[in-house]
Amino acid sequence: MNIFKHREALLALAILASLGLIASRFPAFIQPASLANVINDSAPLMILGIGQVIVILTKCIDLSVAANLALTGMIAALMNGAGVPLPLILAAVVVIGAALGAVNGVLVWKVGIPSIVVTLGTMTIYRGIIFLLTDGKWVNAHEMTDGFKALPRLAILGLPVMSWVAVVLIAVFALVLTRTALGRAFYAVGGNPHAAVYAGLNVGRTQFWAFVISGALAGVTGYLWVARYAVAYVDIAGGFELDVVAACVIGGIAIAGGAGTIWGAVLGALFLGVIKNALPVVDISPFWQMAISGSAIILAVAFNTAKSRPKGRLILREATE
Amino acid sequence: MGILKKALATAAVATALMVNAAAAENVKIAIVVKALGIGFFEAAAKGAEEAAAELGDVEIIYTGPTDTTAEGQIEVVNSLIAQGVNAIAISANDKDALVPTLQKAMERGITVISWDSGVAPEGRQMHLNPSSNALIGNTIIKLAADNMPDGGEVAILSASATATNQNIWIEEAKKVLPNYPGITLVDVVYGDDLADKSYREAQGLIAKYPNLKAIIAPTTVGILAASQAVADAGLIGKVNVTGLGLPSEMAGAVESGATVSFAIWNPIDLGYAATMISYNLIKGNATAAPDAEISMGRMGSVKLDAMNEGAMSDPFTYDASNIADFKSIF
Repeated sequence: MNIFKHREALLALAILASLGLIASRFPAFIQPASLANVINDSAPLMILGIGQVIVILTKCIDLSVAANLALTGMIAALMNGAGVPLPLILAAVVVIGAALGAVNGVLVWKVGIPSIVVTLGTMTIYRGIIFLLTDGKWVNAHEMTDGFKALPRLAILGLPVMSWVAVVLIAVFALVLTRTALGRAFYAVGGNPHAAVYAGLNVGRTQFWAFVISGALAGVTGYLWVARYAVAYVDIAGGFELDVVAACVIGGIAIAGGAGTIWGAVLGALFLGVIKNALPVVDISPFWQMAISGSAIILAVAFNTAKSRPKGRLILREATE
Repeated sequence: MGILKKALATAAVATALMVNAAAAENVKIAIVVKALGIGFFEAAAKGAEEAAAELGDVEIIYTGPTDTTAEGQIEVVNSLIAQGVNAIAISANDKDALVPTLQKAMERGITVISWDSGVAPEGRQMHLNPSSNALIGNTIIKLAADNMPDGGEVAILSASATATNQNIWIEEAKKVLPNYPGITLVDVVYGDDLADKSYREAQGLIAKYPNLKAIIAPTTVGILAASQAVADAGLIGKVNVTGLGLPSEMAGAVESGATVSFAIWNPIDLGYAATMISYNLIKGNATAAPDAEISMGRMGSVKLDAMNEGAMSDPFTYDASNIADFKSIF
């Protein structure tokens, strides 16, 4: 299979191996219902991972995704409280998320600030806005309508809607990245910005669109998250942006841009999802849990670097910068 | 009576009033809160008024800054000193910043106590904690046990593994476990006060212990996430989620039945008790000293420790019968 290049296949094997290891300690973990649960739990990570892959491909990084998620989620919850119908809320979260992403994009494109600085800033600004909107108050389960909470849980063919949203978005963006001009532009801009300019691509504008997509996906996830956990407050998904970046790194997306696939991020998200869901059931001290998650990430990155080292591309890239 | 005599008499009465204001008119007790407009403190003021009605000769001055700053509270306390109140009962925004101002108040003969959020010992005569670690530890086990007539397995879902408060409460809970025969604590897991991790940990507990009867979460994020996980797993009625939570956040969980009851301090009782203590200190019915016992009216009495601190009571239990009244308060 061409889609599964060597690295993705290896990661899939690693996931299977860890599933085997977990099953030896807690057999119920690999029952279909439990696995469906793992996929569902990883869905937000996958959706955000898609956006992050696209941003990273263009040599940028988006650290504001979790704050964007929290803000759009809160807005969704507030709209729901104000009696806005669900379809309108769904449309709104996409638009608001995209707008928040566009703020990042404009600052990177027009002002020329490095993306890590821009998104570190907007990350705190977005959380600050939630505080301004709510005075730090929570929106709780009884303040949300049943329909609002039920949608992500609604099961179709055994999988909840939340998982299906992830599946559909993965399929769409896998096509976009491989079959559309914009998709290829993301690769070109990150792989070699100078060559991309000569090829007639606007690097800044391409990066802008990457941030808009990442923002829109964060908006969708914002609704799903708030509806699933039935609570919205300033700190939801705190630190989740690092999980998203980790999923991409594990999935073999080159932090320097230009290389990587959606499938890598999806598998990276699944890998983290398996570990996160397994740790509570396999009796490991909480102090070790963090160390284990961290080690998995470093191992993956070490493996990644080791694999990409012999190519000699590094020298070329330094010469162009 | 000649005019001169009348004036002299008035002056004498006025002097007497100033010397012994408490005897002649109402006792003025100021309840100073972190900021006005917070439901929790409004409820405490309600409790203070209740105590005042019970005592008869008490006037409550409920006040505080408009935002939660120590500077704002210092201004408020200064104006209370100028008004000549008899007592200041304060929930402080800063442990140390208020000490000089409150010392000034005490030098003027004003009784100063702190409640809820304390002031450093040199800035107050005593501090009233809403509850104590031992009482909280016992309460969270009792809440679970009360709904498990046949005993069974319970697990604790805490905040982070290094959270000081939660760890102390869990230690206290383990100490009282032998008092609840039939209840076995099978696991303690940590949700790090993150909604998603707490949810996963709760799912993990449900998967790992098929006979689990209760999840005890002594943290507001944890109890909410666990309630949601139990509801989503369709185990309402089989697994009861309990612990410490806020009525405004837990109303949905109590409504769905995932949580039968939970606990947190009652702000009304706290305001009531702070007023009662202030009154007794003003009247000289008690002195704030280590080992002293001070009456709190219907709340019993508080025993002070070496730091002049005392605990009011067990956390107050909330369930379907009273959640509606409290969910709009805090």
